[in-house]
Amino acid sequence: MFKINVYDRDSVTPLRSLMTNIGSLAASLVAIGIVFLLCGVNPLYAIAKIFTGSFGSMYGFKETVTKAIPLILIGGGLALAFRGKFWNIGAEGQLLMGALMGTWVGLAWGDTLPSYLLIPLMFFAGFAGGALLGLIPAILKIKFSINEVISTLMLNYICAEFITMLIVGPWKGSTRFGFPGTNNLNPSALLGVMPGSRIHYVTLIVAIISVVILSIVVYRTRFGYEVRVIGENPEAGRYAGINFFRTTIVIMILSGGLAGIAGVGELAGIHHYLGYPASISSGYGFTAIIVAWLAKLNPMYVLVSALFFAGILVGGDAIQISLGLPGATVQIVNGILLVFLIMGDYFLKHKVVIKHSKGVNKFLKQGN
Amino acid sequence: MKKIQKLEMVNISKSFQGNFANKDINLHINSGEILGLLGENGAGKTTLMNILYGLYQPDSGEIRINGESVKINSPIDSIHHGIGMVHQHFMLIQNHTVIENIALGYEKTPFFFPKIRIRDKVVEFSEKFNFAIEPYKKVWQLSAGEQQRVEIIKALLNGADLLILDEPTSVLTPQETKELFRILKDMKAQGHMVIIISHKLDEIMDICDRVTVIQKGRIAGHADTANMDKRSLARMMIGREVLFNVNREPLPRGEQVLKVSNLHVIGDKGLPVVKYISFDVYANEIFGIAGVAGNGQKELAEAITGIRPIKSGAVFAGKKNITNMSPRKIYDHGVSHVPEERIKFGIAPGLFLYDNAILKQHHLEKFSKNMFLEYGRIKNHTKSLVDSYKVATHSIDVQIKNLSGGNIQKLILGREISEKPSLLVASHPTYGLDVGATEYLREQLLKRRREGGAVLLFSEDLDEIFELCDRIAVMFQGEFTGILDSSDKEKLADIGLMMAGSVRY
Repeated sequence: MFKINVYDRDSVTPLRSLMTNIGSLAASLVAIGIVFLLCGVNPLYAIAKIFTGSFGSMYGFKETVTKAIPLILIGGGLALAFRGKFWNIGAEGQLLMGALMGTWVGLAWGDTLPSYLLIPLMFFAGFAGGALLGLIPAILKIKFSINEVISTLMLNYICAEFITMLIVGPWKGSTRFGFPGTNNLNPSALLGVMPGSRIHYVTLIVAIISVVILSIVVYRTRFGYEVRVIGENPEAGRYAGINFFRTTIVIMILSGGLAGIAGVGELAGIHHYLGYPASISSGYGFTAIIVAWLAKLNPMYVLVSALFFAGILVGGDAIQISLGLPGATVQIVNGILLVFLIMGDYFLKHKVVIKHSKGVNKFLKQGN
Repeated sequence: MKKIQKLEMVNISKSFQGNFANKDINLHINSGEILGLLGENGAGKTTLMNILYGLYQPDSGEIRINGESVKINSPIDSIHHGIGMVHQHFMLIQNHTVIENIALGYEKTPFFFPKIRIRDKVVEFSEKFNFAIEPYKKVWQLSAGEQQRVEIIKALLNGADLLILDEPTSVLTPQETKELFRILKDMKAQGHMVIIISHKLDEIMDICDRVTVIQKGRIAGHADTANMDKRSLARMMIGREVLFNVNREPLPRGEQVLKVSNLHVIGDKGLPVVKYISFDVYANEIFGIAGVAGNGQKELAEAITGIRPIKSGAVFAGKKNITNMSPRKIYDHGVSHVPEERIKFGIAPGLFLYDNAILKQHHLEKFSKNMFLEYGRIKNHTKSLVDSYKVATHSIDVQIKNLSGGNIQKLILGREISEKPSLLVASHPTYGLDVGATEYLREQLLKRRREGGAVLLFSEDLDEIFELCDRIAVMFQGEFTGILDSSDKEKLADIGLMMAGSVRY
């Protein structure tokens, strides 16, 4: 009989951390390869295609940067929330709420305000929208102990359906020929892009500044210290007199707000009008969960991991077109990556030893 | 399987990581007998019974049933031999009915319609011992006493001749305790044997025929309860005549630093665990609270330091009312706290040593200005803490979980007294530490006393209490059974009885 012993690792060197991550990535590529094989596609070719499609050409790289923008913003916010053990699965809804608020401001004051006032106002409104949506599960959790995974996840659907209701109902644009969607925003409400690309650089700059500020917040401020203590050991946080209510509220204002800013960026930089929720976001709120995780919840590393996952999104589009794979392929790739990264985390924290032995007393570990 | 007439444990030894929990233990029990297993917390009673129940394997020694040596490898083996155990924490599924829980633990449960087919058996046992249990009630609707009876039925149904009860009365009301004892006496009359693990002298005297006393892993003695009085039993449990070798220099009593009046606190289970307690602590004093764990000491410490809400009554630090303030405000009013479980409450294990060195002070101006932490000063402070409290570490840039328990405790103590609080609440500060670290920490507490601070010391270690404290309160079931001066040797000789609640001063 084989016996598996699991021990806690006392310390983790940066090298081991890096190697474990590389190992998990390699293992996930093997699993992804098997999926490709089952689809009847040469896995090596498909995997190579993902990376050449996203990083191998100038066009691909520009697209990758474009898609990295919302991932940086949301991933940074999620890194903060997850660090404080607040499992915010609702970034998708918070992004949509930001887009909604941005649309409202953009349509209402598009004619009257100049660009340099309108754009900041839209970003602010988007931040407020995402933050307000994030506050609901925060308050529910602290005041009524309602699990935030459920409440944040469910709010995604509420938000998406609310937007759908608006765009087929009261907000349906007069220029849409009866199709769902608002009117296009006034040009003064649109974000400039880098020539020859869709990179809305204002949001990119905001995103980079945000993660820099976030990493200062996490590692250098009292608030960040309290978040780290709560995340490491909530009991110690209580003992130290940390105000959980305030800390959680601030976490969710920042995390939801940044997702809201991402929503405004997508709206004003890419789509220019509020359409179906699935077209506005394509699941950034969920992909960002993996982004934050791969970045080890360090906001600065989010820059790298966001670029990596944006690359997979773009590369996924590329193989859909060139190999004729179904649209869900990217989600499968992302899902497998997340599962393997989390498994890698387990092996980073624990040491697993398989022993050959006989007559093992399986009740031994129950004792006290 | 033949009924157990006589069970013996012979020369049982068991050690964990080099420390023995049981050493050369011998005991025996005959059918129709109730045996008490008495000892302080950590004496090794539960370990011994877990060996008998098959949860642990002894390092040496053997178990004999009816004179034949048997090997018990697992609880399943012990059930086959007719041994049943009711743990201190019930192993029941709250959302299932009584009968479902019983069916789950019953070996011969039929695969189809288990509930209907074992119902008769359950009713039969309930009637035999007057259990009065409704089989279709959900477990969460039952009182602690009823849940315990479900556990007993579970064991009996599996054919237990010997029933082991681990601290059976710790969760019961006095009426439920009476009811339990009635059941046990019925069982005894029908030839069952019972082993009760307890540290309550009254109960042992009340229900047991014989008692075996364990002290620090060894047998301290066997006795028939008929020939014993509580005083000699208490002496046996604590292991010696209470010794007093005070080497504290007397200090004049300073001003009042803590006043607790009529403090009433509710525990995790919704029952009162601290019942209208009042006392004062003065500067230049170490005030000790002795007692067996689980009598409300933890909740009292948490209520004073702000972690647990106070139902009624008041706490004053100096002149300031700190009742139900947040732990941070209470700290700011000069009350610091070395918590009971240092890893669980005292540190954030994955953060660096210097992060942990300011766990309760990070909001002070010297460590953070305008919301930003001053890591330069924090690290200097940490270095001086590490130096002055002899924390053995090669660097302060390590995660604190890599330190040993003693070093973590030194850092926590240093952190809590470096700001010279007027009162230090220390819960079991030396629990589980080696001799060197223990001595060092005790010295630090005495030093605090000399410097004009006050210490409220919770400890189960009577040596520690006698060595350090100026006054000693004994806590039993949420009340003080007395507050004694450490010079009052006559009354202190009864401390074992006070801990068991049978003497009050």
